[in-house]
Amino acid sequence: MSLLDVAAIKADFPIFAKKMRNEARLVYLDSGATSQKPEQVLAAERSFYSEHNAAVHRGSHLLAEEASLAYEGAREIVARFINGQVDEVVFTKSATESINLIAYSFSNTNKGSFALTAGDEILVSEMEHHANLIPWQQLARRTGATLKWFGTTSDGRLDLSAIDDLISERTKIVAITHQSNVLGTINPIAEIAHRAHLVGAIVVLDACQSVPHFAVDVADLGVDFIAFSGHKMLGPTGIGVLWGRAALLAEMEPFLYGGSMIESVTMESATWAPAPRKFEAGVPNMAQAVGLGAAITYLEKIGMREIHEHESTLTAYALAGLSTIKGLQIIGPLDAIDRGGVISFAIDEIHPHDVGQVLDQYGIAVRTGHHCAWPLMRKFGVSGTTRASFYLYNDLSDIDALVDGITATQKYFKV
Amino acid sequence: MELDSLYQEVILDHYKHPLHKGLSSQMSVQVHHVNPSCGDEITLNLLLDGGVVQDVTWDGVGCSISQASSSIMSDLVHGKRVEEALTILESFSELMASKGSQQGDEAVLEDAVALAGVSKFPARVKCALLGWMAFKDAVLQAESK
Repeated sequence: MSLLDVAAIKADFPIFAKKMRNEARLVYLDSGATSQKPEQVLAAERSFYSEHNAAVHRGSHLLAEEASLAYEGAREIVARFINGQVDEVVFTKSATESINLIAYSFSNTNKGSFALTAGDEILVSEMEHHANLIPWQQLARRTGATLKWFGTTSDGRLDLSAIDDLISERTKIVAITHQSNVLGTINPIAEIAHRAHLVGAIVVLDACQSVPHFAVDVADLGVDFIAFSGHKMLGPTGIGVLWGRAALLAEMEPFLYGGSMIESVTMESATWAPAPRKFEAGVPNMAQAVGLGAAITYLEKIGMREIHEHESTLTAYALAGLSTIKGLQIIGPLDAIDRGGVISFAIDEIHPHDVGQVLDQYGIAVRTGHHCAWPLMRKFGVSGTTRASFYLYNDLSDIDALVDGITATQKYFKV
Repeated sequence: MELDSLYQEVILDHYKHPLHKGLSSQMSVQVHHVNPSCGDEITLNLLLDGGVVQDVTWDGVGCSISQASSSIMSDLVHGKRVEEALTILESFSELMASKGSQQGDEAVLEDAVALAGVSKFPARVKCALLGWMAFKDAVLQAESK
């Protein structure tokens, strides 16, 4: 149990100076959707545009050289952060694009590791965000492969009881979330990856909710690809990451074709640059990549272990506080073990939209709705939930405000 | 509090005791609409006869605004000629697009004027329109049969 110096951290985030409705302070509990940005990230983006702006990897002038160094420097920061190799880090515009990139690469070839045909199986889970479900549904539709999934237990854990049936010689892809964006559940990835590799399947990890919040080491996890987005980890929007094993990236077909991704071009054909360049067609989101580098530097300065401990403390405190509210059900694990700082809940007789609306009057920002995980909502028999998610700039007083706000909401709706 | 302009007493009454909720077996057409941003759903049965809305029943899940609005709408169009019902719908759509600048004509909209405050909350306008858009779609489908 330890907490960060939140007052000092908040001072780095200009948005916390903003007055919300009714002059309330901002209680930001929606980092699972997107995080706020520190001055250091804003300054890095501004500095790129005001001092170094040029199209990377082209041009012979000083600015082009500086821009390329800054962009490639960001790639090195990302690689070190997740313990991967520099050439294994592909910049995309979002985690959604990262996952689609892999899925389309399976459609763009019919050879080697990326061959997929009728009779093959793609395995996902019931707790996937739509971004790690629909690309695979569509890939199955295009190729004739079959989509299968792990279920969820009633306490919000991944149901591994059918793993022996679900992972078989037919399994070619296992695409799974590291941490559920609804339940907060952290899944046993190393175990699943081990089982998947025994049958030669490729393992894709949606790390959007994990990489921002605790140390993720791709070598330890044993997965083949991970996807995450910059904007959920203090970085700008418009920048995502795909990390993949070098051998697989070398074999993988590109998904977007155009400038920068080529080795040689004639009127009839073209060959590709080595990874990661062959996956980065067009002038990339350079300032955003640099901003992501600054965000990681900021997170590393505070320490991922410290951030994780801080959020674990907040989560345990929030689970205890919320469980005192009559008529409130937590949807997801009730303990803080293998669980991140995301708590979804339902309140008797009050729809999540109405909860969110009343909380907004107190300056409390939460997410309401299906959280892009509609199948999971159906599983738990709700149309949506209210979700509070925590980050390094939250403290215990934010959770007290949430608990008080929910009580006030129940009073307002007379339930 | 600003909130009271959104959640007027009449809205909370309709939310707790919705009218015409529960699908009837007699209908000309059934439609199903969803609000993809929040997952709210409505199924609506329309019975149209001789150019008159003989019956509108509905069922679904949603927030207080969508449920109250569907309740108010179904009661309002009940027994009206189709042209008149569509005029009311136009008037309500205009009110919802007014960003808080209109109060609504009570002679036309009756209880629906209580939803005027919703137009100040852009994220909630779609909630208020869910049932109305389902009704409009049902009318179009019934007429093209």
